[in-house]
Formats: sequence, structure tokens, C-alpha cells
Amino acid sequence: MMNGYVPETAADAARRAEDQETWQLRLYVAGQTPRSLAAIANLRRFCQEFLADRYTIEVIDVLEQPQLAQRDEIVAIPTLVRRLPPPIRKIIGDLSNQERTLVGLDVVKR
Amino acid sequence: MWVGGTAAEPITREPASLSSQPFVSSLPKAPTGIRGLDEITGGGLPHGRPTLLCGGPGCGKTLLATEFLVRGAVDYGEPGVFMSFEETAPDLGANAASLGFDLDRLVADGQLRIDHVRIERSEIEEAGDYDLEGLFVRLGHAIDTIGAKRVVIDTIEALFSGFSNEGILRAELRRLLHWLKDRGVTAIITGERGATTLTRHGLEEYVSDCVIALDHRVQGEVSTRRLRIVKYRGSDHGTNEYPFVIETDGFTVIPITSATLDHAVSEERISTGIAELDEMLGGKGYYRGTSVLVSGTAGSGKTTTAAHMVDAACRRGERVLMFTFEESADQVLRNMRSVNIDLQTWREKGLLKIDAARVSLFGLERHLSRMLRLLYEFRPEFVVIDPISALLDGIDREGVARMAVRLIDTIKREGATLVLTSLTAAVEGRAQEATDIGISSIVDAWVLLRDIESNGERNRLIHILKARGIGHSNQVREFQLTDRGVRLVPAYIGPDGVLTGSARVQQAARAEREATQRAFEIEARRARLAYRRAALQARIEALRAELEAETAQFENLLERDREHAAHLSRAAVAMANSRGATRREASPARTGPTADTPLERSRR
Repeated sequence: MMNGYVPETAADAARRAEDQETWQLRLYVAGQTPRSLAAIANLRRFCQEFLADRYTIEVIDVLEQPQLAQRDEIVAIPTLVRRLPPPIRKIIGDLSNQERTLVGLDVVKR
Repeated sequence: MWVGGTAAEPITREPASLSSQPFVSSLPKAPTGIRGLDEITGGGLPHGRPTLLCGGPGCGKTLLATEFLVRGAVDYGEPGVFMSFEETAPDLGANAASLGFDLDRLVADGQLRIDHVRIERSEIEEAGDYDLEGLFVRLGHAIDTIGAKRVVIDTIEALFSGFSNEGILRAELRRLLHWLKDRGVTAIITGERGATTLTRHGLEEYVSDCVIALDHRVQGEVSTRRLRIVKYRGSDHGTNEYPFVIETDGFTVIPITSATLDHAVSEERISTGIAELDEMLGGKGYYRGTSVLVSGTAGSGKTTTAAHMVDAACRRGERVLMFTFEESADQVLRNMRSVNIDLQTWREKGLLKIDAARVSLFGLERHLSRMLRLLYEFRPEFVVIDPISALLDGIDREGVARMAVRLIDTIKREGATLVLTSLTAAVEGRAQEATDIGISSIVDAWVLLRDIESNGERNRLIHILKARGIGHSNQVREFQLTDRGVRLVPAYIGPDGVLTGSARVQQAARAEREATQRAFEIEARRARLAYRRAALQARIEALRAELEAETAQFENLLERDREHAAHLSRAAVAMANSRGATRREASPARTGPTADTPLERSRR
């Protein structure tokens, strides 16, 4: 038997990277509608619960910057984009459904 | 005359005025600039409102929508936004290039904006409530950036495959259409044909102002495309299916009938190139700008007759466009040379253009569209279609008649003269007056070449069945193809009917003989009469001479008698004197015979 050394799987490696990297999240909203505000609130809560301090949230209001909607191919509002760590993932909705948010962001529950 | 243009050479077109529309409508319309479409919609699509354009895959929805935007920008100064869910901007550009449209240039000039909306279902996780505000923002931004007045959304049904919450989608769809109306843009929304509904997801529920359906089917190995206005609120519209073609310069919708029958007429009469035929047409030929049908059996000389007319037109300096379906251009030229009609010269001078195409090459709509396009490019004053009956090779007989009507109307509207030749079936004994495609009632003049067999030979007759507005001859004449072209010879009407060919020659010889005979008889009579007159004259002279002689004799006698009387009187006096009875003087001499002689007395 080897000396306690177990080779790491790729999944484990990725997990380890995720655990160590900072998550970059971008939320697209439109104005101050209840849905947009709910999404922002839900996202903050979610991140505090599952990502500790390893995240940054950027909120983009497409009403103020419409050209970004085209650039970033936004159709539904709100849309949450996980930019880092890769790959890019998109979740739409006000994030009231925590399960789906976890799955969508591919966050592993601790 | 011929007004037209292509996207490659944009012309400033005047938007169709409401007064030129055949259909009465209370809605303002946005002209599409697509050939034929504005005509059947009575001016274009409803202005400031969305139109649903549906059809199966490959029907041409995207191309039609593209042309709508391009023409809107180029011809009417209305920039447009193309929101594409399926094709990327480069793909759209490549497809549009096949129609001669340069989308890149339009985008660079700020006349067009393309927003490709990519929706990848697998990439999206739905976690809660959402709406499609992103779409609205993008569309609004695009419209505002270039000041767009026209919008295309192709195809919004892609949303249904991207997002799973149909309730949200439908609500947003309704909102989008209201939003478009509020923005006042004229929009085309495309949709895929559904199995039982017009569109797969029932878009027609939401877009109700105007619905146009495209269809693409294969009939008899030839593919045909059709367009139908399913609905057009507030406007009278043709409900028929209209054939259309997609060619190198865009769509052409072919309305089946011309909207109006008002076109200017000319009073000018032009020659057919055959002197005797002109004579039969009231001495002056036929009217400019009319349509003439020359029908006859195979080999009867229809093309030659048409060639005479072409030659006459070219001599007048008119441009001639000749469509032939059975012979090649060179063949026509060669055949006409053999009867001494030189069309090659005109071709070289650019006055004559011959377009030859086999009927089986394309579908009818394509032929029609080709012909219309050539007409608009070449702008002839004289058009020949030889023979129009060749189009019967195709399947669609009513289609041919409709197409013929359409062509005739277009050509007439442009003031050009049209000659059609038509092959009629050679059926013995039956009048060859039925044209298979039934256009004889539409044309203005109809010349029939008929065969007649007698005396072991087959000769040809020509007669004019009708010529509107011209007092034409109702005579039948013999039609001869000589090496100097067509000659018309008066046909003999003998006791057995019309005589032609050798029978006519015989009859002519006979008539000549008889004429000579009669002339001879007349001469003989005249001679006899002269002789008698002379004889009579002589007798009169003789009698007169006799009378004169008698008269002279009589006078003579009278004179002598008087003398005698006078002498007797003198003698009596002398005797009396000599007897000395009385001294009486002789009665004084009197001139003339006055003595009272018995002769005198009898004379008194």
C-alpha cells in the first residue's frame, strides 16, 4: 500500500479551485422593479450563505446601459451570469428558487 | 414608359399615393417597395403596426423580411432594425447578397441594424420569476440608435424553444406587440407554419392587423411559390394566391390581373410591313399600343408575318423585344433571311433583342418574371411573343391564360405594341378559330391563317377575324410565302367556293380569256356600227341630191311658164294694137311674172 497518497480526480481539482477562487457574478436588472430588487436581495443572501467572502457582485441596470444588453446577449431579466470561475453560466429569474440557483451556478453545498 | 430599378441602382421612388390604389382603405400604409406586393395590398403593409408573415421552412420569409427593410431604407428613407433569432449577422448578409443587397454597407451607413439574439436552452437555468425586458431594451436601443421606422423580428417563435415558461412568454409577446405599436414602427413578425394552425405557436392570435402566408410547393416537377394575404384588417385585399419568384434582385409578386384598365390609347396607325395586309386593315395598318394575335397551324407563316411587323417597327426606329420559345435566335434570323427579311441588321444596331428559352426550363411564374424584367430593362416599343401557345407545354392552363393577361396588360400600360403568335390545332373541317388558351377575346386584333386543301394542293388563306376600332376588310385572301416575303393575293370566289393555288391560276387564265373574247366582240360591233353609219350617211346624201335636182327642175319650169305667159300677153296687146281697135298701151313692164296666166292662177 502506498504511503497515504491518493491521486486527485479532475473533479476534485476543480472543486479545490472553486473553493479557492473568487467568484465573479454579474446580475442584470431593469430599473427598480420589485423583481429586480428581489433578485438583488436574493443574490446577496445566497452568496453570503454559500460563497462566504469569495465573491464579487456587479449589478448592471440595462435601462441605464442598454448597449450592454446586446453585448452580453441578455434576453430575460433578471439574468445572473457566473463569469468566474469558468465556464460561464446563466441563470434567469429572481433567484427565489434556491435549489435551481445552486444547480445553475454549480455551487456545491457544504 | 418603363419605370423600374434594382437595389443595385437605387432610385428614389415616390411612395405609392393613396389615390393610385385600387382598393379603398382607411389605414395608412407603408410601401414595401417589393415588386407586386404593394399592388396586391393596396399600397403596402399597415403603417405603424405589426404584420405576421408565416410559412414553412424555405418559403422565403427571412428574405422577404430582409427586402422589406432594405427597400425601406434605400427607397423610402426609413432605417430598419432586424432582430434575428436564428441567423447570425454574417449569414443574413450572405443570403441577402444573393438578392443583390449589401447589408454591411447599410449597417455602416446607419440605415440598418442587425441584432442577433442567441438563446441556448441548455445554457439557461430558470430560477424564479422573470420577464423578457432584455429584448425590449435591446430592441428599443437599436431603434433609437438609428431612428428606425421599420422592424423585423425573425422568428419570435424561437423564444418558445428557448424558454419553458409559456405563460410568461405569451404575456411578453402580447406586451411586445403593444410596445411595437406604441413605438409606431411598421413591423414584420415571422412565424413557422403550424400543422393545424397558421403558426406553430399561434402567433396569429396576437398579430391581427395583417397576416400574409407564404407557400412553396412542387407541381409537376416544377417548384412554385405562392403568397396569400390571409387577413388585412381595414383594407380590402385580394384573397387569391399570387405566384411569386425570388430572383437575383429580389422578390417579385405577380398579381394575376392588372388592377385597372385605364391606359392611354394612341390614335396612330402603324404598318404591318405587308402592304396588302395594311390595306385590309382599313388601308392604314393597326393601332399603336394594341395587341395583335396571329394564329395558324404549324408552318402557316405566323413567325414570318410577325417578322414583317418586326422589320417594319425597326425601320421606324422602334426598339423590339422578341421572346421565342421554340427556335433559337439565330434560327429565327436564318429562317427570315430565306424570305428576304433581314433582321440581323436590326439586331446589330441594338434595335432588336431576341430572347429564346425553352418553356420547360422554368415554372410559369419564373418565365413571367423573367419576361417582365427583360421588358423593364430593354424598354421596347414593340414586343413579340412567338408562340404564346408554347407555354401550354406546362401543366397549368389557367395559369397560362392569367399570365398572358398579365403580360398583355403590362405591355399595354407601357404603350408598347404586342404581337402574339399562337399555334392552333390542325383539325380538318373544323374552323381553326378556337385558340387553346382563350385570349382571343382579350387581344385587339386577330389575324387567322387557315389552310385549305383542294385540287391536290394545300394553300393558305388569311383573314382578319377582328380588329377593334378599325374598319377592316372581311375578305379572305390567299397568303403566299415567297422568297421576297409574304404576299397576299386576292382569292377567287368561284362557284365552288374559294379557289386558291393552281385552281386560282386556272381561273385567272380563264377570266383573262373571256375578257379578251369580250373585247374582241366589242371591237367587231363597233366596226359594224361604223360601217352602217357610213352607209346611212351616204344614202342620206343621195336623197338630198335628188331632192335638190327636182327642186331645181321645178324652178326652171316655173320660170319658163312665166316667160311664156308674158310673151302671150305682149302678143295679144300687139294684135289688138295692129287691129287698131283700141289704142291701148301695153301694160307697163312689170318685173317678174305677174300676168294672169292659167299657170299663175293655179299657183295662187
